[in-house]
Amino acid sequence: MTETLTGAQLTVRLLERQGVRLLTGYPGGAILPIYDALGESTVIRHVLPRHEQGAGFIAQGMARVSGEVAVCLASSGPSATNLLTAIADAKLDSIPLVAITGQVPRAMIGTDAFQEVDVYGLSLPITKHNFLVSSTEELLEVIPRAFAIAASGRPGPVLIDIPKDVQTRAIEIADWPEPGCRRPVAPADGMALTEAAALIGAARRPILYLGGGVIHAGASRLALDLAEKANLPTVMTLMALGAMPVDHRLSLGMLGMHGAPCANLAREECDLLIAVGARFDDRATGKVAAFCPQAKIVHIDIHAAELDKIKAAHVGIVADLGEALARLLPLVPENPRSAWNERVDALKTAHPQPLPELADPRSHFGLIRCVAACVDDTAIVVTDVGQHQMWVAQAYPLRRPRQWLTSGGLGTMGFGVPTAIGAALAAPERTVVCFTGDGSILMNIQELVTAAEVQANLKIVLLDNAALGLVHQQQTMFYGQGPVASTFQVLPDFTAAARAFGIAAVDLDAAANPLAALADAFARPGPCLIHARIDAQQKVYPMVPPGAANRDMIGAQA
Amino acid sequence: MNALTRNESRALARAVLQIDVANPPGVMSHVVGLFSRRAYNVEGILCLPVGDGRLSRIWLLVNEDQRLPQMIRQLEKLEDVASVRRHHAEHAVFAELEEFFRP
Repeated sequence: MTETLTGAQLTVRLLERQGVRLLTGYPGGAILPIYDALGESTVIRHVLPRHEQGAGFIAQGMARVSGEVAVCLASSGPSATNLLTAIADAKLDSIPLVAITGQVPRAMIGTDAFQEVDVYGLSLPITKHNFLVSSTEELLEVIPRAFAIAASGRPGPVLIDIPKDVQTRAIEIADWPEPGCRRPVAPADGMALTEAAALIGAARRPILYLGGGVIHAGASRLALDLAEKANLPTVMTLMALGAMPVDHRLSLGMLGMHGAPCANLAREECDLLIAVGARFDDRATGKVAAFCPQAKIVHIDIHAAELDKIKAAHVGIVADLGEALARLLPLVPENPRSAWNERVDALKTAHPQPLPELADPRSHFGLIRCVAACVDDTAIVVTDVGQHQMWVAQAYPLRRPRQWLTSGGLGTMGFGVPTAIGAALAAPERTVVCFTGDGSILMNIQELVTAAEVQANLKIVLLDNAALGLVHQQQTMFYGQGPVASTFQVLPDFTAAARAFGIAAVDLDAAANPLAALADAFARPGPCLIHARIDAQQKVYPMVPPGAANRDMIGAQA
Repeated sequence: MNALTRNESRALARAVLQIDVANPPGVMSHVVGLFSRRAYNVEGILCLPVGDGRLSRIWLLVNEDQRLPQMIRQLEKLEDVASVRRHHAEHAVFAELEEFFRP
């Protein structure tokens, strides 16, 4: 039986067939036919943010929590350009998104038509792949393919730009394409696995180095099994936090620029680095020439382009991490590795992550730990970008994969609130905690009203130092003029602003008992902003100066 | 040709890349964009459809530096790229076109 459908109806039907039940976007002229077709859908729920960038990050929150492809929509011109930052952010953190944008009709492309911009050209370097759809028929191929590309291999964002006349033209459909899904990856090279196992067996001082790929691959359990079987001290990148519980006996915590001193020092001494789903990012490695100078390297990644990109691997394995680790595990001999683990434990004792004032809920670390005490490991922890992000990474007891959502690669201020809303929508049974700063929250504060509208179970913890903390810190430490343009002379009344946007708010500074006020805020369902002033002079320590070797940490003994 | 004169750039080691691609509009931008955003100079470009026109073949003449193996891996990662082959600079494809590029 054939049906006659417009391109817009076809698009919505293809999204339904992909299993999309929740999406977000912002309407405008060039995408109105798709919105009209969405109005006909009985299965897709649409969430309306208050800015297109909010839509991009809400979709990211959904994708980061579920691991599934999430969808966001925008119109042409400014609507599409507003989406771009969230797409670039998804690219750098390998988040599977399908972004659909409306475009001016084909006949008007290239005429500087109203709200026309070359979205295909603009999105080229920030997407995994992109499409400018040139006929209604093509949608049948492009949409399933976009989902397959977003989910396959190293995940990432795919953009589909659909001219308005492609959306409005009707065609007859006889056969529907299969939904696009993750394509299988070739199995790991058995010889290389055997070699890797031999290196691990022979290593005296190995370190397991986990990256965000472990989370994407759903391979955390296997990585933990490998660490435990071979007693491998383990460091995690910012993106991998939660892959191994940070309080696990083998965990050294986060490595890199603001990593735990013991993690950076142990890595310095290792003779074998086993990198799994990590890409040797500069924030993790510091000065590359001084990164693991004595170590052989085993590198397992889903894409060949990551091998030998920054550091040459002695054994490079291209594979799905789950498959590779499952086959590697039986080949690796059990080994108590007592001497090395005793050395690492001594480093942990002598050079822990400095966490001063942990008992004081009015200090930044104290507040983070008190918030953690209000929820259990089922809670989702989102951050914005800045000092608060690093402090949470250092101090929050992250214990499970997909518990931790943060903008790692792009470091996008404004990420927190909309991503947290997306997380709350994708996992309504969980509490979502969003740590943010007075700089970051203002970059997408309009989404507070979205949080109110969807009644997200979201607790926003605002660490307010009236400054752009990380900028202020770098200027103070490394620049002659000190803080320039990094302190705010006037700040909004954040609790009043939150209430004006329709969400509850509590000011911890005014509370006689901050612990009780915090517990009370968490006990009530729905969105709430929790405001706390902190000291602008506080630094994120330790800090490896940009371009320096990881051993040269400032503030490691603080 | 950027800042290098023709003679200077000839003195550098070269490589010729043969890239088979699917043929949607924009595939050239994907390929060339990989090079341009890494400030990797492309000295020569040729592109024509192959067979029934669903595939195209792109020939690139590039300087050979240490980044080239990584560039080839990045090319292979592109959705529309079917295969990449690396040839020596003496490959006939650009050599035989020389006569069309005499000043």
